[in-house]
Amino acid sequence: MKSLAELQALKQKAIENVNLRKDREDGVRVVVGMATCGIAAGARPVMTSFLEEISKRNLNNVAVEQTGCIGLCRLEPIVEVYTPGQEKVTYVKMTPDKVARVVSDHIVNGQPVAEYTIGAAGM
Amino acid sequence: MELVRSHILICGGTGCTSSGSEVLHEEFDEKLAQYGLDKEVKVIKTGCFGLCALGPVVVVYPEGAFYSRVKKEDVEEIVTEHLLKGRIVKRLVYDETVHEDSIKSLNDVNFYKKQQRVALRNCGVINPENIEEYIAVDGYQALGKVLTEMTPAEVIETVKKSGLRGRGGAGFPTGTKWDFAAKSVNEQKYVCCNADEGDPGAFMDRSVLEGDPHSVLEAMAIAGYAIGANQGYIYIRAEYPIAVKRLQIAIDQAKEYGLLGKNIFDTGFDFDIEIRLGAGAFVCGEETALMTSIEGHRGEPRPRPPFPAVKGLWEKPSILNNVETYANIPVIFNKGADWFASIGTEKSKGTKVFALGGKINNTGLVEIPMGTTLREIVEEIGGGVPNGKKFKAAQTGGPSGGCIPASLIDTPIDYDSLISIGSMMGSGGLIVMDEDNCMVDIAKFFLEFTVDESCGKCTPCRIGTKRLLEMLDKITKGQGTLEDIDRMEALCYHIKNASLCGLGQTAPNPVLSTLRYFRDEYEAHVVEKRCPAGVCKALTSYVIDPEKCKGCSACSRKCPVGAISGEIKKPFVIDTTKCVKCGVCMETCKFGAVVKK
Repeated sequence: MKSLAELQALKQKAIENVNLRKDREDGVRVVVGMATCGIAAGARPVMTSFLEEISKRNLNNVAVEQTGCIGLCRLEPIVEVYTPGQEKVTYVKMTPDKVARVVSDHIVNGQPVAEYTIGAAGM
Repeated sequence: MELVRSHILICGGTGCTSSGSEVLHEEFDEKLAQYGLDKEVKVIKTGCFGLCALGPVVVVYPEGAFYSRVKKEDVEEIVTEHLLKGRIVKRLVYDETVHEDSIKSLNDVNFYKKQQRVALRNCGVINPENIEEYIAVDGYQALGKVLTEMTPAEVIETVKKSGLRGRGGAGFPTGTKWDFAAKSVNEQKYVCCNADEGDPGAFMDRSVLEGDPHSVLEAMAIAGYAIGANQGYIYIRAEYPIAVKRLQIAIDQAKEYGLLGKNIFDTGFDFDIEIRLGAGAFVCGEETALMTSIEGHRGEPRPRPPFPAVKGLWEKPSILNNVETYANIPVIFNKGADWFASIGTEKSKGTKVFALGGKINNTGLVEIPMGTTLREIVEEIGGGVPNGKKFKAAQTGGPSGGCIPASLIDTPIDYDSLISIGSMMGSGGLIVMDEDNCMVDIAKFFLEFTVDESCGKCTPCRIGTKRLLEMLDKITKGQGTLEDIDRMEALCYHIKNASLCGLGQTAPNPVLSTLRYFRDEYEAHVVEKRCPAGVCKALTSYVIDPEKCKGCSACSRKCPVGAISGEIKKPFVIDTTKCVKCGVCMETCKFGAVVKK
């Protein structure tokens, strides 16, 4: 170790590895429905797309979690996005292709993608 | 690129390791691979979470689900339910964290709510065998700052300002100690770390070394810079194999990253650390004995002065600090001396780690701000005394400390209040006792320990403690007299005043403090020939209450010496001349007819 700057650089690199373990009170939670129905409808690729997209953009404060059956199996894969202080947004019939837009419009810029939400599905 | 979405933290402290956490690690690896989750879920071995009573502990992030008492068979369920389908396995989650349908944050649980983890900040958070995880949580920042931006005098001033006092027990101000060593002029100086944790039931230092070894290394390097030393020694007992192993890994990694060794941070400062294993003698926790042992001699103390700051290891100026003291150092530089000084009481700053044990629900490791009362520790953090029994006393400071009776349960825990009530902080053992504990027996237990561990160099300790134990033994056998109690008290003061080192000087404390608060129990043993708690075997006898006895003969069939006789359906009788007082009859009786008198 030759300088503080070098240590800082190493810290920035290493921080991603432990970031997941913070107790989060703030920050966005992306919850993917991963019961049998969700998995069968293709929730797993959706979830991995979220992970990819989030790490690509270095979003440290976003957690991707799983949950059980939400009850609307016909609209799976379902993804719920929780932002502190706001009502949760429920996306239905998600596909890996839709993920990038949800991340960029909603998570980064705070504009939910209305056409993917449960409202747009006529519920 | 690795896309990890979940971390499984498995406690790798000694407590959880002995309750089987290593098997869990293998099982998780296997099951994750089986279900194709091994790429997205990472398994990490960490240090102690503190709730050892509920081990093995497994925490799954990002949800923060706290699984307790996890068995090998449970692993598959956690993998298929929680990790595959996202359903937390409520059955295995620590009861107190279950909150309607969500999981409460651990910080809201009674056990953790009143705690403030400073020395234990990284235990149970990072992987102790990976230096990068330590760096990610501000590791080695303090060392970098100290070496590149501060003078040794400023470093010492900061430590003084923080108000940090030695966590090994005596509470000497750390900054002042460093200052003495810095002012001793010599080409060669040494920094030593006391990891010879010897109090029965204490495991604070072990947990720090197992969970966060780098914080100690970093602090030792800072100390080295402050006093002008370039060599450090960690004296650790060989009975701590996990801690020794992780410490060695940490030293090797720090050297590899250039955080120990030559020319650290390109400042020309060299610092190296070596481990020295101790064979487990209690006296080697005393500073002069410890240094003698590092030198390769028999671990015996020598008179002070000269103090180690002037003539220590190999007669060179040396400092010796306890593991927990060092663990506080990096935080003081990262968050500032004022921040540290804002925690605690006027004369005792910061926090203290305690190993909570004995008659308490939440056995484990707790870290509290100084000034927290004993009541808060026992009733809130510790979850109270089990089986509805009454709290009788708490013992702090191990064989060197004393008892705090129930009447003083609101005493704030800090160095000075504990001394004023005849106990001491000690290194942090805290043993809770209930009404079933005999205080004379407790004093005898600790004295047996010091008699065993006395090195024998000085007479007051070698012979004095032995005589003291003999008198205690007499009392517990019902052969003592009131004069014995007075003679015992007098002998205690002789031992305290005349012994060479801390071991002898504090050895009578358990006797003195129990005499101070529980003299009536001593007198009951002597005058009434009765042990009020029913512990001292010679003074208790088992009898059958004829009113309650149904004459089922269960006790007589279990009695190993055939001391119980009687006719079926009529009250049985115990022959006290044959009875060996093993208590089996009392455990066997379904009607509560066997009583201790």
